Amino acid sequence: MQIYVCVKHVPDTAAKITVKAPNQIEEAITFIMNPYDENAIEEAVRIKKRRGDAEVIAVTLGKPAAENTLRSALAMGADRGILILTEDPPDSLVTARALTVAIEQDGTPDIIFTGKESIDNAGFQTMYRLAAALDMTVVSNVAAFALEGKRVVVECQMEGGARGVIELSLPCVIGAGKGLNKPSYPTLPAIMQARRKEVKRIALDSLRIEKPSARADILELKPAVEARRAQQLKGSAEEVVRQLIRILREEARVIE
Amino acid sequence: MEKVGILIEVKADQIKKANYGVITAARGRDRQLYAFLLDGGRADHKLTLGRYGIHKIIEIAGQEGPLEWNPATWAQAVIEAMEYFGIRTLLGLTSSQGKDLLPRIAARLDAPLVMDCIHLNLAEHTVRKPQYSGKTIATLKVQGGHCIYGVRPNAIAAQPAPCEAETVIYRTAPAPAGLTVKAIKQAMSAGVDLSEAEIIIAGGRGMENGENFKILFECAALMGAAVGASRAAVDADWVPYAMQVGQTGVTVSPKVYIACGISGSVQHFAGMKTAGLIVAINQDLTAAIIGKCDYAIVADLFEIVPRLTRKLQALDGRI
Repeated sequence: MQIYVCVKHVPDTAAKITVKAPNQIEEAITFIMNPYDENAIEEAVRIKKRRGDAEVIAVTLGKPAAENTLRSALAMGADRGILILTEDPPDSLVTARALTVAIEQDGTPDIIFTGKESIDNAGFQTMYRLAAALDMTVVSNVAAFALEGKRVVVECQMEGGARGVIELSLPCVIGAGKGLNKPSYPTLPAIMQARRKEVKRIALDSLRIEKPSARADILELKPAVEARRAQQLKGSAEEVVRQLIRILREEARVIE
Repeated sequence: MEKVGILIEVKADQIKKANYGVITAARGRDRQLYAFLLDGGRADHKLTLGRYGIHKIIEIAGQEGPLEWNPATWAQAVIEAMEYFGIRTLLGLTSSQGKDLLPRIAARLDAPLVMDCIHLNLAEHTVRKPQYSGKTIATLKVQGGHCIYGVRPNAIAAQPAPCEAETVIYRTAPAPAGLTVKAIKQAMSAGVDLSEAEIIIAGGRGMENGENFKILFECAALMGAAVGASRAAVDADWVPYAMQVGQTGVTVSPKVYIACGISGSVQHFAGMKTAGLIVAINQDLTAAIIGKCDYAIVADLFEIVPRLTRKLQALDGRI
């Protein structure tokens, strides 16, 4: 069976984001694999270990530096990688089309894993678009996954900690949530080995994607304004609590 | 006249409050607002929805009764209703349910979708949303035959605009979805939902153990607040993951966020920085949150929180 895992190269959450006019960020910062994609890779590799007959292929779309995230995926146990190269990362309509075409040209997916969201743009939608394009079923925010023959049973995180138990059949698209597993950190030999694994490079243009009529363009990026002016409430515990009650009642008006 | 559809979320037969902000964002001149409800028509929402300017309530049901929860069939049913009523713009909440329905609908319609919007201009098709863990605000323009928007819960203040709402029942028989919902496992703790709450009181490493979260729950109960937690508290297994606020947890936008013993990492702020008012209770004057909140209480949370609870109890008694 072939398991494809779509991963994304994103700025580290702790990195300082500087806006470069008008809709780009300064990229001389630390980039990492999107955290939820680690859960996606981990789950795919676990299936491979259990079944033995599975091939795990990590796919990404991005600038040449995105290869680092593919190498991380390979170090975590993926067999090979596909890097769709572009200098100008497109919206999710085009991204999903590119991933679809690259996967279809490469093989026959039984399962496609993605992270449930990317922490940079937080679009929450690529997995659904992949499924629609490939005519597969899809579930996201998956916290438990079991493969039984051609049948998949998952638990999806719902509101307030509830979980929906959902059954679907292969092939399918799975958006991995954080609770799905605990990704294991690769060993040094695995990292060394990953350097020698195959990465196929494809230019986005060469995929000849039919241009969608719909689109979502970023017109402008602005640093979020940190408008809070911290004010310290002073006095005894009793006085501080009295001030806090006043703030809750008169300023925020959330209590009577 | 432009028709705009709004996917309304219902919990225990009640319209969730966060919907009213979405309706407010959808209003405009020469616009007719359609509310899509899939709750099986158990309660009449004509008055509540009319108060915020809904013109038509579309009760979407199956041929023989309510459509049981199934994200794929619900999405298909909404698409059919949109087509039937000639609706090309759809809004909903960036909630658990919205994150499962809006992208399904957008993908099937091959329509652009922007989730987590904090500002919308439907006439110009532009929206603003936080990106990079809330460190930047992006302005996006969408173009397409259909346009779908997810609004961050509580990010847009609700304003009433009364009108007379009319209810229409729309029956459909969506094709088999390829996925079956076998069961819904309810969470152990009920209480106020984090993404919906007007007040959140959250605990971090400073709580010291899981048992101590009891004082937050006691305080929360008196304010109608939800209890959240930082990643440190969740990773230590003090409280379940469903309570985690932050980058890899829930994103919240309450009116007031009270952080108790939380240092205030960038990742935590990513999940709560759009809160109306942030109050930090922390003994450590050097904790990042002390400089990034609205009101800082540099004191032992075990001194402050129980006192706050007692004061709230006293107020309760007075009323």
